[in-house]
Amino acid sequence: MSIESMSGAAVADGLSVACLLLGAFLAMVAAIGLVRFPDLLSRMHAATKPQVLGLILIVIGLGLRLRNPTDVGMLVLIAMFQLLTAPVSAHMLGRTAFRKTPIRKDLLLVDELTPRLEERPDRPDDGPVGGER
Amino acid sequence: MNDTEFFVWACAAMLGIAAVLALVRMAIGPTMLNRAVAMDVLAATIVAGLAIEAAYNKHSTTLPILVVVSLVGFVGSVSISRFAARESREDH
Repeated sequence: MSIESMSGAAVADGLSVACLLLGAFLAMVAAIGLVRFPDLLSRMHAATKPQVLGLILIVIGLGLRLRNPTDVGMLVLIAMFQLLTAPVSAHMLGRTAFRKTPIRKDLLLVDELTPRLEERPDRPDDGPVGGER
Repeated sequence: MNDTEFFVWACAAMLGIAAVLALVRMAIGPTMLNRAVAMDVLAATIVAGLAIEAAYNKHSTTLPILVVVSLVGFVGSVSISRFAARESREDH
């Protein structure tokens, strides 16, 4: 009985180490992309990897190591917060960057925002970012 | 140094590289929004570092700090993007 539970704990610890290593690796790769990529939108593409997948891997790794229902609840809360907030901040940053700063439009494959902005030239340039439907 | 310590040091090294590179991007900019993205990455790196320390020492003391740091990163980047939307073009 005790041997079985010990080996289960060992397996959980091993999985936890694997998840933590992968999460840390994703953070490093994202930071390399952050330095090397040419413009803000592609840098955001790199930056979202540790924010969502990397953080969830690290949270899973920590949960596998702690194995305590209270702590796992808190970790689920962290992952949920991150999943809810990362798209919002990425959306706002990308929209503001597209309107206000020079980005490499020649690198875009699809550009649906420029025609919409040209459709409504009466819009004040510095209006609220989230105001458009 | 046993295996576990080796893995922890490997994680710490990768996170250290990540933090330094995010700080490099934060320093060279060139716009405020780039710095906001770099700040997000730095916040995620800090959360990862705290989580790895908690996993190594097997304690749950820093879990509330993880929640707070991830929320502070969100509020920071959203407020920077709102602020940069109204800013003049000089800084960009």
